[in-house]
Amino acid sequence: MIMIFGIPGPLLFGQLLLGLINGAFYAMLSLGLAVIFGMLNIINFAHGALFMMGAFASWMLLDYAGIGYFPALILAPLLVGAFGIFLEKTIISRLYKLDHLYGLLLTFGLSLVIEGLFRNAYGSSGLPYRIPAILQGAFNLGFMYLPIYRGWVVVAALVVCISTWAIIEKTSLGATLRAATENAPLVQAFGVNVPRLITLTYGGGVALAAFAGVLAAPIYSVNPNMGTNFINTVFAVVVIGGMGSIMGSILTGFGLGVVEGLCKVFYPQASATVVFVVMVIVLLVRPRGLFGKAA
Amino acid sequence: MFGFSRAQSIAFVVMLVLIVVSPYVLYPVFLMRVLCAALFACAFNLMIGYVGLLSFGHAAFFGMGSYVAAWTMKVWHVDASIAVIFGALTGAVLGLVLGYLAIRRSGIYFAMITLALAQMVYFFCLEAPFTGGEDGIQQVPRGHLFGFIDLSNDMTMYWVVAAIFLGGFLLVHRIIHSPFGQVLKGIRENEPRATSLGYRTDDYKLIAFVLSCMIAGAAGGTKALVFGIATLTDVHYSTSGEVVLTTLLGGLGTVFGPAMGALVVTSMENYLAQFGAWVTVTQGVIFMICVLAFRRGIIGEIGAFLKISL
Repeated sequence: MIMIFGIPGPLLFGQLLLGLINGAFYAMLSLGLAVIFGMLNIINFAHGALFMMGAFASWMLLDYAGIGYFPALILAPLLVGAFGIFLEKTIISRLYKLDHLYGLLLTFGLSLVIEGLFRNAYGSSGLPYRIPAILQGAFNLGFMYLPIYRGWVVVAALVVCISTWAIIEKTSLGATLRAATENAPLVQAFGVNVPRLITLTYGGGVALAAFAGVLAAPIYSVNPNMGTNFINTVFAVVVIGGMGSIMGSILTGFGLGVVEGLCKVFYPQASATVVFVVMVIVLLVRPRGLFGKAA
Repeated sequence: MFGFSRAQSIAFVVMLVLIVVSPYVLYPVFLMRVLCAALFACAFNLMIGYVGLLSFGHAAFFGMGSYVAAWTMKVWHVDASIAVIFGALTGAVLGLVLGYLAIRRSGIYFAMITLALAQMVYFFCLEAPFTGGEDGIQQVPRGHLFGFIDLSNDMTMYWVVAAIFLGGFLLVHRIIHSPFGQVLKGIRENEPRATSLGYRTDDYKLIAFVLSCMIAGAAGGTKALVFGIATLTDVHYSTSGEVVLTTLLGGLGTVFGPAMGALVVTSMENYLAQFGAWVTVTQGVIFMICVLAFRRGIIGEIGAFLKISL
């Protein structure tokens, strides 16, 4: 057996993989938060609840309509994204003229409502969602076994993150979006429908959270609290990375997942808090965050 | 005295009468819960209402105060007054450390940082041996106050809790109306200008944060004493959310808002407790209504209607 720093190789790589998977979720969620914050100037506290709704949407599609995993991977984000657009149109858009903190409070209330309703309907114990047949089993990589589904999650998350980055940084739609983030009235004067852009951005960010939720459904049991467990850590990730850069969010998310995984190998007691410790260090050394712009 | 206006003096007398009369009408244990929540909300209001910083991690100070007070009571068998003081000191020291980190950012980041730091405290409490993990610290004796007042009687305990609440309430009011408090308001309104006038704004914010955390710790310690239990719920982020809701509903930056909010939120929880998760749903709905239509809160709206500041 290969030993690395006195740790059996398979254990080390296994935890690294788990870390990468957590990192994939951190990356997708903090990316959505950053995109929404850039455009709406609102911290979407309901992000965790919407992530949970994505997981539940895939479970419902399978259980009530017999629609499998791969169609759900498209359908659930569309459904939850549409719900997000509805929320933005009816409620959130009323807050743009107010202090940013009200947006945080409103979306926090929203997350309580959504989670409470799901807890009433489905209990808190969690519902199983089977890994689709084609993604079951494991590869033997020589130095470790790689469960196919876990590999798939990392690859899918990377593809989605990179595509989001490409859309925002490399397309003309993204250019308009970035311009509207900088100076909305000016972009509006050029004939761009900025309110619609804002609505679509929120819908897009929410769809991203829901996509992460579908990916998470077979790994974690589908339960109403799954979003909350993630989102508090994701906020720390956002503070560490700073919300200024899309690529920064992705790198920070994956990086912190790996750090957490390594911590589970070398010092398991601290693995739950290591992300927060990193946040403290970053706050001391570079308060604006690793990729944040100067205030 | 204490810088009360005429209207506020009248409101204070009304509150005082209610505190004295209500234990003869209502269940004292319920009222003690209200008073602890009210003191906690007063502490929180000091930050959001007068410094303009939203702390989303105040449960850390409340909960740690509660743990330390419970532990000193149960293991060291100290006097009840010492236990509450220990709770307050714990809040203050923890507030100094976490506040030193959190005030490096403001606005939304401040809220996220306090939330994350409080989450760290939660995980610490989950793992640390002295908190009893999932079980918490149970069967904490109420003991004696100043060595000779037996607190096992609910009515005696009630008067002590009422005194602690009034002490904290007046302390917050005194802080706000001191020259120090005026500088805080100046920082809230225009921080660059306060800086240009030569005030070290970070120091002011940190001192206010420590004071707020100290009072939150005292509230937690008192709560542990009343109910004889300190659990993970006290440090959980839902408790942080609850104190935000309490203060928002009562009225941010009002003197009597936190107490009013505590009365409403605690009653609501009391009556809705049998309906399980509907408590959460109702809290969420109230949050949304407050933000969308009712930003001044109950006391703020009454004050605006009567054209006075309460």
